Amino acid sequence: MSLIIDHIDISFDTVQALRQVDFEVQDGELFGLIGPDGAGKSTLFRIMASLLVPDAGRCLMHGHDVVKDYREVRKIIGYMPGRFSLYMDLSVEENLAFYARVFGTTVEENYDLIRDVYEQIAPFKKRLAGKLSGGMKQKLALSCALIHRPEILILDEPTTGVDAVSRREFWDMLKKIQKEGITIVVSTPYMDEAEMCDRVALIQKGRLLEITDPSVPSRSDGTALFSLRSHKGVYAYLEKVRNLEACMHAWLFGDQLHVTLQSERDADHVKSIIDGWGDSSLEWEKIIPSIEDRFMGLIEQNNI
Amino acid sequence: MEVREHIIEVKDMVKKYGSFTANDHLSFHVERGEIFGFLGANGAGKTTAMRILCGLSYPTSGEIRVAGHDVYRERERIKRKIGYMSQKFSLYEDLTVSENIHLYAGIYGLGRKQIVVREEQLLERLGLAHVRNRLIREIPLGWKQKLAFSVAIFHQPAIVFLDEPTGGVDPITRRQFWEMIHDATEEGITVFVTTHYMDEAEYCDRVSIMVDGRIDALDTPAALKQQYESVNMNEVFLKLARS
Amino acid sequence: MKRFFGFVKKEFQHIFRDKRTLLILFGLPIVMIILFGFVVSTEIRDVKVGIWDRSMDQASIRATQKIFSSGYFVPAGYIDHEEEIGELFRSGKARVVVVFEEGFERNLLREDRAAINLIADASDANTAQLSLTYLQGVLMTYFQSMNQDVEVPWSVNMKSRMFYNEEMKGVYMFIPGLMALILVLISALMTSVTIAREKEFGTMELLLASPLKPREIILGKVTPYVLLSFVNAMTIVLLGFLVFDVPVRGSLWLLMLICMLYITLALSLGVLISTNVKTQQMAMFISLLGLMLPSILLSGFIFPIENMPKVLQWFSAIMPPRWFIVIVKNIMLKGTGFAFIWKETLILLGMTIFFILAAVKRFKIRLN
Repeated sequence: MSLIIDHIDISFDTVQALRQVDFEVQDGELFGLIGPDGAGKSTLFRIMASLLVPDAGRCLMHGHDVVKDYREVRKIIGYMPGRFSLYMDLSVEENLAFYARVFGTTVEENYDLIRDVYEQIAPFKKRLAGKLSGGMKQKLALSCALIHRPEILILDEPTTGVDAVSRREFWDMLKKIQKEGITIVVSTPYMDEAEMCDRVALIQKGRLLEITDPSVPSRSDGTALFSLRSHKGVYAYLEKVRNLEACMHAWLFGDQLHVTLQSERDADHVKSIIDGWGDSSLEWEKIIPSIEDRFMGLIEQNNI
Repeated sequence: MEVREHIIEVKDMVKKYGSFTANDHLSFHVERGEIFGFLGANGAGKTTAMRILCGLSYPTSGEIRVAGHDVYRERERIKRKIGYMSQKFSLYEDLTVSENIHLYAGIYGLGRKQIVVREEQLLERLGLAHVRNRLIREIPLGWKQKLAFSVAIFHQPAIVFLDEPTGGVDPITRRQFWEMIHDATEEGITVFVTTHYMDEAEYCDRVSIMVDGRIDALDTPAALKQQYESVNMNEVFLKLARS
Repeated sequence: MKRFFGFVKKEFQHIFRDKRTLLILFGLPIVMIILFGFVVSTEIRDVKVGIWDRSMDQASIRATQKIFSSGYFVPAGYIDHEEEIGELFRSGKARVVVVFEEGFERNLLREDRAAINLIADASDANTAQLSLTYLQGVLMTYFQSMNQDVEVPWSVNMKSRMFYNEEMKGVYMFIPGLMALILVLISALMTSVTIAREKEFGTMELLLASPLKPREIILGKVTPYVLLSFVNAMTIVLLGFLVFDVPVRGSLWLLMLICMLYITLALSLGVLISTNVKTQQMAMFISLLGLMLPSILLSGFIFPIENMPKVLQWFSAIMPPRWFIVIVKNIMLKGTGFAFIWKETLILLGMTIFFILAAVKRFKIRLN
């Protein structure tokens, strides 16, 4: 087991940032932590990086306790904090060389590992890190976190504030790094990125709501999810749908409405009501919940 | 389709920083009451354009009118007719909810009585009446963002500019936020919004996508998806930015 | 060791790339010294001199003419009473008064000796001291030239008196004082700011999560500033010597050693400050308010410690610059050896050890 988070509690002043968070990550897994700002993701990462001591519970990184064996932990992890931890007044190559030396290695020694990432920014290696675009900073920070060939890579919101193209490229790089046998734990507020992970933990307000494999449809709790589309736009129908008796909740979802019904048995009835609205372009179909749907369901269910 | 008034009119807008062209002959318009999505990769020139439209910086050249006013000569009038909210800065963390509302309303010259009445309505609608005397930094991010938006449209501006308003917010709050945006348009407010969440692009009436200082695509989400043979806006965006 | 040198190299890169840092590091000492140079000038010009000539004979009149033809002095008029001296000084009409004794020429001719009293307004101690030296010079030259034709040389007894600040404190004080101030400023302020910067930009988080030990981080951050501060200390000594003729009468090696001790102390103070702050702004604020102001006000640099209220005197005893100034003054101006300064040195050493221990203890290996 690469990583064991064992019933961790932590509070700051009066705020409980994490409560009874408990999960494990397999060797070589790409594990995602999904949740909004303030959910406690960064706190959890800092515990994994041996920078915070939990009030209760244990955290083991490859068997090393982050409190007792923090020196060992610091040797085997690569950490990319939420803010880009680069020296803005040093150039790209100087940043990389510095972090290599800090970990007692050289850029050449592990160049194979970072080649794919680094070559995208190598043309700008003389440029100061402060002058790089968000996407390039992110790639440099990843190179720096990888330079000592860590066993576990922990990335705290590496794609926040980065555009969709750079995000996609970043995830492609993570997939390649995973193939090198490095375990990766990564957090993100973007639900669509969950699909790129082997497993994801959904976290909200310091609590772990669920751990799932994004590729496996979720267990049914009896409710059923439907989508509603219309050429005329769906916003106009939002109130109407919410007023239906069978509707548990309904939310905008891209160009559709996602409607949760209490039971699939209500589907036909609802369909007949919708047909009566006189919009021939309305499409009503049953769908498989995405991670985002599940997360929203969990938030509603736990009423948090 | 009815022809609507152009609340923002941009013709050949150019903004250069030295030899770097941040905005390369942008031409577009925004109709009164629509939700206009302004998308683009980091560094494509969105922020630059938005700053010009808000009257915060001058363009190098071009003809630009916002809410009927010229951006060169009537910046102060423009500022009075617009609202602005960004994820990075919206409310003063060390002031209370109520103090923030009064501060912003005061800046826009609203009368005291008017402020008190509208503050009441606003807090009622948001369900935040019970935290009116709490400091902003003590309330959850989701509430903060909703409040920031309400404050930005408190003086009933013609246009509200939203710069990545939903960054880091949970999926339900994000949707509630967009419902608030829709409600605002029903009151006649035009919404000009940037976002990195591509599903949010679908909530816009029209979407423009900037690549390298130019607008490469501008249409309704449905038309864009058809044109680029994509199932969602994310694909449209990726296809455009990678070409 | 490679790790450490990597760190030091990076630190130098930060310093040499930031114009503000460079300006403070190298511009500040020079600017300060030049600034003080203007205030505490060594050149005098047009100093107003009043004359109380109690004999009004040929010799005293000639001597008076000599004074005003020298180019340094301008006449502020004649007076006839002792009380008028104070009046001249208070109204600012004169800075120096020259008093010829009664029967000046007669005494010279008959007894070959006569007396001149030089009285200066020493509220501006430096100008007063310089004016007197110049005056003495002018008069000496004049009387010596008269002596060439005489068999028995005349001797003119010149007595100087200072009004208002009879002990002449603070004249040569400014070089040791400046050293104390600049070294605290550069060492403590710059290190606290540079460590706070790592915290503010989030890079400290990565350093902590790396295998670097706290002492490696601290030493890596501090080493460049030790070197630069030392260069600065020597620059001040050199500038003091070249521009203001402030001598180093004692051992230069001892002076350097003491400087190193004081720099170490200031650096550990800087690290200690940085452990208590989160932002550069806060570090700067604390360093300026907590270190620089007391260094100026309570160290005896500007205001004599004996004149302070008792409570402030106690405070001044815990100010490192106070002891440093005493030591440096002794070495530079009096030329004393270690035997006379071991007590102050011991105090500085004790303080240094205390601050180092406190800084290391407070420097956290984690964030909470």
